[in-house]
Amino acid sequence: MSDAPEAFIFTAENKAKADAVIAKYPEGRQRSAVMPLLDIAQRQCGGWLPMPAIEYVADYLTMPAIRVLEVASFYTMYNLKPVGKHFVQVCTNLPCWLNGSDNIMRACQSKLGINSGETTEDGEFTLLEVECLGACVNAPMMQINDDYYEDLDSEVTAQILDDLRAGKQPKTGSQLERYTCEPLGGLTSLSHQEDLRVQKVSEKGDN
Amino acid sequence: MLKDADRIFTNIYGLEDVGLGGARKRGDWDNTKKLIEIGREDIIEQVKASGLRGRGGAGFSTGMKWSFMPKEVGERPHYLVINADEGEPGTCKDREIMRNDPHKLIEGALIASFAMQAHAAYCYVRGEFYRETEALQRAVDEAYENGLIGDNACGTGWKFDFYIHRGMGAYICGEESALIESLEGKKGQPRLKPPFPANVGVWGCPTTVNNVESIAVVPTILRRGAEWFAGIGRPNNTGTKLFNISGHVNKPCTVEEEMGIPLKELIERHAGGVRGGWDNLLAIIPGGASVPLLTQEMSSTVLMDFDSLKEVRSGLGTAAVMVMDKSTDVIRAITRLSRFYMHESCGQCTPCREGSGWMWRMMERICAGDATPAEIDLLEEVTKQVEGHTICALGDAAAWPIQGLIRQFRPLMEQRGAGGQPAAAE
Repeated sequence: MSDAPEAFIFTAENKAKADAVIAKYPEGRQRSAVMPLLDIAQRQCGGWLPMPAIEYVADYLTMPAIRVLEVASFYTMYNLKPVGKHFVQVCTNLPCWLNGSDNIMRACQSKLGINSGETTEDGEFTLLEVECLGACVNAPMMQINDDYYEDLDSEVTAQILDDLRAGKQPKTGSQLERYTCEPLGGLTSLSHQEDLRVQKVSEKGDN
Repeated sequence: MLKDADRIFTNIYGLEDVGLGGARKRGDWDNTKKLIEIGREDIIEQVKASGLRGRGGAGFSTGMKWSFMPKEVGERPHYLVINADEGEPGTCKDREIMRNDPHKLIEGALIASFAMQAHAAYCYVRGEFYRETEALQRAVDEAYENGLIGDNACGTGWKFDFYIHRGMGAYICGEESALIESLEGKKGQPRLKPPFPANVGVWGCPTTVNNVESIAVVPTILRRGAEWFAGIGRPNNTGTKLFNISGHVNKPCTVEEEMGIPLKELIERHAGGVRGGWDNLLAIIPGGASVPLLTQEMSSTVLMDFDSLKEVRSGLGTAAVMVMDKSTDVIRAITRLSRFYMHESCGQCTPCREGSGWMWRMMERICAGDATPAEIDLLEEVTKQVEGHTICALGDAAAWPIQGLIRQFRPLMEQRGAGGQPAAAE
């Protein structure tokens, strides 16, 4: 977890990224780049947006800072407070809830010792209950940083958190014997891909 | 049941090579130039003739929507905007197109843009889909490297650029005018219409906003013919459709099926049936969180298409089927959706900003057994004061699930207030 910096400036690499993003929009419409630039800034700051970064992006796009702050405070993926190294977001919307997301939240709370909206004292984990993340046929699921972990149960959830704490990268995606969103145990369509499915699922399990 | 030979999304599970090589083997980018040479008006006519209705929820004719764009390009350039801000609870189909079959989307974007005289398409992807955005960007890069898009797309002389714009977590940006605001770098708050985007869209220019699935099916429609697509499904409800089946089924999944497939057959054939059998079914939300639920009895016979579901006062929406078995506290389920709409209300219109929170708090009272029957009437009345009184459809979406619950499960709600015990929750 990083402390609030007194000043912010893009790294050379991020400046190049920002300029490439701005070039995607028509001449004179550079303001359209405010969302991606805030994301680049947030990643550079370790997952949150301190005021100096918001002001820097405003200057970069010659926008009033208040307009940038307005954007940063409207969209939920901008964090205006520091978050842990592993930002755990558990979906509890209907399909996940029907499949036991309450248990997933409880598993996270008990493993991490924090409630939704809190960060562990060592700054490793932030836990947050969130709205639908769009992986509903793989419910229940959670997002940690940029990755989805799907088809969870309490034990698997606890194991994922243990692995992350130990510095290991857990398997992402479905935690069952599924490749993506196909029905478990055998295809009901695209039947010519059934052998491929068996092979892919087995390769995935070995990783 | 849809034959494998009639499927459009032949790599929806990502089992085959997602890259350009695999896509070409599946028929994508096969002489796209020839499709472009069909010509603008005829492309639009064919899309109209196919009967394709928008796959993002509203079900408006895609070809008709395209025809609303100005016929001549004036001083303002035209734009195609693709709505990949997939956030309707239960819905996860565009995700699979972007990560597993992305070339269909890019090829469709080129054809649609050409038909509407747009030289650029902006694909607005929900921010949480980071890996999906990476996958789509890889496909875009491949398409540029191989001259399929760019200054001379597929050798047609047409300049076409495909850009990805990531959202950052706001359900409301799935509403087309909020999406446009967001693309312009503002808070995603819906605009009053008119003017419609076809006249004044992004950056004040003529714009068409289409869902990912609507665009991705276009190349196959043109290759196989409008009659082929129109021959699948039922009249006015044609073609194939991606369905997401979640909740209390044995094997939740995404599957492409024909429009108008019976709901029961969809679930039993592809999702392994309802947990505990069909008789253990309590209710189904057939088209994403915004549409009213169906009882077991209704679910037993209804067909999965726009008109059939409208007849039973629900909707196809995004075709996201959420199944609830008899262990479900259905009042709690709808209360959860009410909380979602409160969270996602953009705050612009008073009926929605205040009403969504009020309705959620009332649902909590009913859930807890603290409400009287008169309060259920009051709640229903308030849903009607929100519905139709806001700039965008989020107010309606917040009202409909509650109205559906009252319509189908009012005795249960009253019983709860009279001291009835909630069903066992998960």
